[in-house]
Amino acid sequence: MENTPFEFKSRLVLTELLGRRAATLPELVEGIRSVPLSSIYHHTHRFLQQHHFLSPEPPNDFAYWVTNMLNDEIAGEKLASIDVMQFLKLSDLRQRFLTLLEDYLRTANNVNRQSPEGEEFHFMSSRIFVVPTGKIARTVEEFREVLKAVSIHSIYFHMFEAKLRLEKGDNDFSIWLRSAGKEREAEQISRLDPYTFTLEGLRERLLKIINNGTS
Amino acid sequence: MAQVKDYADIVGESVIDELYAIGDKAHDMKIQHVNSTAVGGGVAEILTRLVPMMNELGVQARWDVIKGGEKFFTITKKMHNALHGVPETFSDGDWAHFMEVDRENARSMNFDNNVVFIHDPQPIGLVEQREHLDNKWVWRCHIDFSEPRENVWLFLKDFIERFDGAIFSAPAFSRPLKTKQFLISPSIDPLSDKNKDLTDDFVESMFERFGIDRKRPVVTQISRFDYLKDPVGVIKAYKLVKRYIDCQLVLAGGGATDDPEGEKVLSEVREAADGDKDIFVLLLPPSSDVEINALQRGSTVVLQKSLREGFGLTVAEAMWKTRPVIASAVGGIPLQIKHKYNGILTHSVEGTAYWIKQLINEPNYARELARNGKEHIRQNFLITRHLRDYLLLSLSLFHDKDIVYL
Repeated sequence: MENTPFEFKSRLVLTELLGRRAATLPELVEGIRSVPLSSIYHHTHRFLQQHHFLSPEPPNDFAYWVTNMLNDEIAGEKLASIDVMQFLKLSDLRQRFLTLLEDYLRTANNVNRQSPEGEEFHFMSSRIFVVPTGKIARTVEEFREVLKAVSIHSIYFHMFEAKLRLEKGDNDFSIWLRSAGKEREAEQISRLDPYTFTLEGLRERLLKIINNGTS
Repeated sequence: MAQVKDYADIVGESVIDELYAIGDKAHDMKIQHVNSTAVGGGVAEILTRLVPMMNELGVQARWDVIKGGEKFFTITKKMHNALHGVPETFSDGDWAHFMEVDRENARSMNFDNNVVFIHDPQPIGLVEQREHLDNKWVWRCHIDFSEPRENVWLFLKDFIERFDGAIFSAPAFSRPLKTKQFLISPSIDPLSDKNKDLTDDFVESMFERFGIDRKRPVVTQISRFDYLKDPVGVIKAYKLVKRYIDCQLVLAGGGATDDPEGEKVLSEVREAADGDKDIFVLLLPPSSDVEINALQRGSTVVLQKSLREGFGLTVAEAMWKTRPVIASAVGGIPLQIKHKYNGILTHSVEGTAYWIKQLINEPNYARELARNGKEHIRQNFLITRHLRDYLLLSLSLFHDKDIVYL
């Protein structure tokens, strides 16, 4: 069938420093409230980008810092358990962090404990550069072949960035497969929780779903 | 000298393709780097590699060095110390001389380039020249900027805020500024003598040369003999471990010969070693890159128990060699190590000793950390990533949005 070709893109990241730091939980809350949304994205996805080969995946930066630097395991666990997959808008994700932490601050003791000197939380953000990979698929078969070889940064861009940072509401692969008449595969990919895979593991799972559909 | 494509076997073809794709977008962009020394020191070392690599990718990169006399460099040395938090006094004459030298240099330089990178404080006054030009200026700070003294900070801040961007090596160095700030970490070169692959036979021969027994565990710290690297603390940790495990300790580094404090530290280290034949204090000459490489590769555990660090690239070097690393959570080290994922972060002698024992007794866990550590360095701290960041930053100066379609 005729379909718009899928153009595989990749993305590169440049990290910006916002010059803002937090040494306590209340300061972290104030920071989360006032930084740009690109910073919320950065701190919930940086581990994925920098440690994408690790499984289990380390949690978001907020959870890592609260657990390891403030030694507050309860708040850390709550922050780690936020299901990023459920959010289609970064503003909603920011609000979820704020609600969780504000509730915690109201009820917990000793919330003003300080991080050790030099271990403050530094707010950062990222500027993203979207680049074409030069790889284009016109059919599902071609799509599968490109998916086998394309860089993991491309898979990351289409699965994570497209949905939440570009706020398309779904990942690019599902959107395209749906338009190619592969509703079932599109749906299976939409329902994956990509945050629980390494990026190579995610590639394998995507290929398995597409192989099952085309075999 | 290695070329960009020579790194493909290490970082993968797709990374090299990305570099060429960015180079294509930055094609013919004229990028100028200015610093204060052509040889010696980390800045000259990295520019020696990065400038030719940029040119290879199609960018027109050049590198200029400012000149200054003894008085100028005495002032800039004081500025360097004050940026590290050491109290220093500056007279009005010092500031005036500093500016005079930068203006004198500016008269004989040409800044007709798209982007001008000014490295470190010495040439920072050159930014005055931008008033006459329609181009972008970036200040690249390579030094620890976490606790600068007020006098030097106020002097520099006035200049930093005239740039389009400021680059720091670690988030802790970032401060509230009107200028946009970027994080670009330093990097290691996997093809250099210090990091290239070595054969097991070569590593073995190096250990034999130093008289170290590879049949027993070897714990190593590579660093110059300096209080801030806490070599005496390392010996204390080793002694706590030695009660339970028959291990050896290697403290290897250089830099003590022309530094009176270094000699003092070295003598304290020897005193703390107290004739223990399993402690090897190796004072190495400056050209010992291959020896250091071999010592790191042959060690069971590598330490970096610093009290303070600019970035601490010895950590990346050891991780690149698939060694389990235990290091203090200072400077840029927490960027390199995520505790219990790809290495261990500690805060005390006792904590360091505890983790040395764990890693020696649990080699499977140590191997897992080391494997993750190597991947982390491959993805984030090799020279190819450094090159990419410089090019992306140069391009980003001409785009306002935080998502840029190239």
